[in-house]
Amino acid sequence: MFKKTGLAALGLALMATSALAADIKIGYVTTLTTPAAVIGNDMKDAVDLAMEHLGGQMGGKSVEIIFEDDGFKPETGKQKTDKLVQQDNVPIVAGYIWSNVLLASMKTVFDEGRFLISSNAGPSQVAGNLCNQNFFSTSWQNDQTPMAMGEVLKQQGVKSLYLMGPNYAAGKDMLAGVERTFKGEIKGKDLTKWPDQLDFSAELAKAKASGAEAIFVFYPGKAGGAFIQQYQQAGLKGSMDLYSVFTVDAISLPKLQAAKLEGVLGSRMTQEWDPTLDNDANKKFVSSFREKYKRYPSFYAAQAYDTINLINSAVTAVGGDMSNTDGLRVAFKAADYGSVRGNYTVGNNGMPIQNFYLREVVTDADGNWTTKVVKTVFESHQDPYAAECPLK
Amino acid sequence: MSTLFLIQFLNGLQLGVLLFLLAAGLTLVFGIMDFVNLAHGSLYMIGAFFCATLTFWTGSFLLAVPLALVATAIVGLVVETGVIRHLYQRDHLDHVLATFGFILIADTSVQLIWGPEGIAIPLPEALQGQVQILPGVIFPAYRLVIIAAGLLVAFGLYWLIGRTRLGMLIRAGASNRTMVSALGIDIKTLFTAVFALGAVLAGLAGMLIAPITEATIGMGNDIIITAFVVIIVGGIGSMKGAFIAAMLIGLIDTLGRSFLDDMLKVFIPVNAAETAGPAISSMLIYIIMAAVLALHPQGLFPPKVR
Repeated sequence: MFKKTGLAALGLALMATSALAADIKIGYVTTLTTPAAVIGNDMKDAVDLAMEHLGGQMGGKSVEIIFEDDGFKPETGKQKTDKLVQQDNVPIVAGYIWSNVLLASMKTVFDEGRFLISSNAGPSQVAGNLCNQNFFSTSWQNDQTPMAMGEVLKQQGVKSLYLMGPNYAAGKDMLAGVERTFKGEIKGKDLTKWPDQLDFSAELAKAKASGAEAIFVFYPGKAGGAFIQQYQQAGLKGSMDLYSVFTVDAISLPKLQAAKLEGVLGSRMTQEWDPTLDNDANKKFVSSFREKYKRYPSFYAAQAYDTINLINSAVTAVGGDMSNTDGLRVAFKAADYGSVRGNYTVGNNGMPIQNFYLREVVTDADGNWTTKVVKTVFESHQDPYAAECPLK
Repeated sequence: MSTLFLIQFLNGLQLGVLLFLLAAGLTLVFGIMDFVNLAHGSLYMIGAFFCATLTFWTGSFLLAVPLALVATAIVGLVVETGVIRHLYQRDHLDHVLATFGFILIADTSVQLIWGPEGIAIPLPEALQGQVQILPGVIFPAYRLVIIAAGLLVAFGLYWLIGRTRLGMLIRAGASNRTMVSALGIDIKTLFTAVFALGAVLAGLAGMLIAPITEATIGMGNDIIITAFVVIIVGGIGSMKGAFIAAMLIGLIDTLGRSFLDDMLKVFIPVNAAETAGPAISSMLIYIIMAAVLALHPQGLFPPKVR
């Protein structure tokens, strides 16, 4: 008797867990500890918002997002990716802020035939000869954004430039990118120790002594705020104009505003997205994000929001049947969803072919520092590595 | 070129001064109390965050620094009496383990209290600008302030250790702890004072650098390794050694970062030099340390003891 009720209870308990467990699990790797957690949290907030907008479902199936923290380290990112693929058995791993983390992690995903959707990192290797049919991105290839900046510098008639960036995969891509389109003289170039060098005194002194007309930098995360502060303290504003990519964003601006670093107002950067872009998906995203979290979303958040919506479009296309990998792949390639950056197409290497805009730091109607679009720099721009990718 | 060299020399000096403030506390605690304090960098971070918050509360960085120094000293006192004191009798491995745990606790506490994003500290208008030292040599005013403050503290410590009764006790404690306590000196209180002094020095370093790099989680963990290099090169327990080694390491690191890739371009292709330059310059201080350890295992200026 007791045995029977026991069995029944066990059965009930099993049913209850299976009812609670989601139909589809999706892995999401980002940085949730270290100072870079501020980026990861912004992305996580955007993913949560996207899931809220979808009602927690994709293609009629319930969806659970499993977040993992890469600890800002390639080796930890790889471990967490392995765990998601082997233990949680997720069909899709998404996220990845850092190019070096993505490069270390991608092999496990591709070897097991799963999909990897990058919400940010876009190393040249994965766009070129290491490309994979299961890789898709809702961001950009690293070179593209600085290429747009190089184009802007050329149009503005800047004759000489000094380059600075961190010494890791993305830093090298970014500096290479600006050199592709900027045709003036490169007066000098510094790759600084990453991620622990935050004092750029020696490099700034060199840049100043080089006599370059402008300086181009790539310093994501906490290094960005530190750089802006030192650029201002070194008195370079006015003598050497600052152009940057991924350095001044919705994450650093409130902090710079609190510290009254007005030198950053008016500085210009290129990006594939901006909170002021005029399309329905973006209006809904920006207004609901600001309402829920009381701050502007960063481009990281916008890309993370797009990642979830892209996945939703693919899962819906196959009717929630995650074993239909060919169907999923076709849908990922079609990218038929309301992206907050407006419509784009997908290249043979899984990278978006999209517009790039020039943005400027301005004060909004409420006095907050934010960005607005100045003009379109590139239309439907494809990354330069696509040709090296053997995929059709 | 010579102008650039002078500016880079000042930059190196500024880094050296900062390293000295950290290394001074480290060498006091390590050399005199024979205690390995990996968490010294956490006090550096805590100082920076206290200063950031107080700057926003009081509206003035200059007012915030003395208040934050007091707050950091209190943290030092609490940590020493609550935790560290019970570890002196244990061996070095236990010190490492316990203080490593303290680093994790400190980093997580800071994340819980202040959030992960870090804080940029606004400087007074006068410090935000630049100063012309010589014709053509323009240098950020605030970095000069750091150099001045650091040198002032160095002289203060020189006076404290060499000319006061407390300093005499500290030196005596370093030479022979048992003998000092046998003479009726309260060694416990002395150690607490030394630990708090170390905490204040580390906190001051954090406060001085925070307006340049922002106060961020884990900021101490990166620089503490360099501070250990400084005390190993200078000789553990030696204040003079810490000062000279800090200047040496600061200058070598900065000058390496500024001139090494140009020098390499003379010998090897430009592309290779651009990659090798930063790699070698970040190794440079460890190469120096290895050389010192090979030739002079006690460090350059070992304290005269035992």
